Amino acid sequence: MSDPKDEAEAFRKARSGRNIAILIGLLAFVILVFVITLTRLGGNATATGF
Amino acid sequence: MLKTTAAADIPSAVDPARWQDYVQLLKPRVMSLVIFTALTGLFCAGVPLNPVLAATSILCIAVGAGASGALNMWFDADIDRLMRRTRGRPVPAGRVQGADALAMGITLSLFSVGIMGLAVNLLAAGLLAFTIFFYAVVYTMWLKRATPQNIVIGGLAGALPPAVGWAAASGAAPMNAWLLVAIIFFWTPPHFWALSLTTQDDYERAGVPMLPVTSGEPATRLQILIYSLILVPLALAPAFTGLGGPIYLAIAALGGIGFLALAVKLFRDKARADAKRLFAFSILYLFLLFAALLGEHVAGVHPLALLR
Repeated sequence: MSDPKDEAEAFRKARSGRNIAILIGLLAFVILVFVITLTRLGGNATATGF
Repeated sequence: MLKTTAAADIPSAVDPARWQDYVQLLKPRVMSLVIFTALTGLFCAGVPLNPVLAATSILCIAVGAGASGALNMWFDADIDRLMRRTRGRPVPAGRVQGADALAMGITLSLFSVGIMGLAVNLLAAGLLAFTIFFYAVVYTMWLKRATPQNIVIGGLAGALPPAVGWAAASGAAPMNAWLLVAIIFFWTPPHFWALSLTTQDDYERAGVPMLPVTSGEPATRLQILIYSLILVPLALAPAFTGLGGPIYLAIAALGGIGFLALAVKLFRDKARADAKRLFAFSILYLFLLFAALLGEHVAGVHPLALLR
């Protein structure tokens, strides 16, 4: 049977990996919305002619 | 056959779920084929592309495909556990809870369709939503366990990405976009049935009515041949409709001859090795067809338009 200490460490490592993945996903989402907004706003601003 | 075991009955996770398990839920290998065919549709539309919106479109299509994969793994966990090919997937293996896969699938579906609608256009978003619905609900929940025609009808979901890409680029889905859809649609049955001829024990154990299980191997080999005879001329059509150029025509012709030769050999010789060969060749064939179209459009090679 595996050592409970090792098991706890494995769970901690897995959770930490998941947390980092969620962080990267959320940051990527924020950057994506920002870049899309700039692109769409830029296109519309030039289209109005003002 | 009716689903007898709810996804909630899958035992709770024993091993800790790593982030890679959630990536596996998105079926990355299927996703890469979806990205490739969608990218071909995007470039074949022949309109100037904004790089940010083009990349966003491909991201949304990829995430949408991944979401349907997660929903499929949630719903099919009970039969996936019974098949050698799929028992190592995160939900049947107990590393990820079925409910988590469901939540991830729904969240990513909403994300991909929402961003596509807001950033790109509503036609592309609508087609993407339809694709996800068709794979997750029509194929996975309704057809897969009910009819041997499951992969024929359900194949539409895997065939739609070029039309979504085309719609994302141009805001329209003309005949040539649907021609690409038709090529993948008619490619799917011979591709899948060639695989299922080698894995039918798995499907039988899981009670999935794949054609070799319900109708036997001779009927399956005949159906493979019939669909190959439809597919090969259809794959030549883009050279006649202003979509494919000389490279495409050469690949479609030579690849078509190879495809038909393997289908005929499988029909005649009845060897499992031939089924494996046809399965492997079908992947190469579709890849080369779409790579030729993509390459020609990126490089600016003029299409042939033999009918115009």
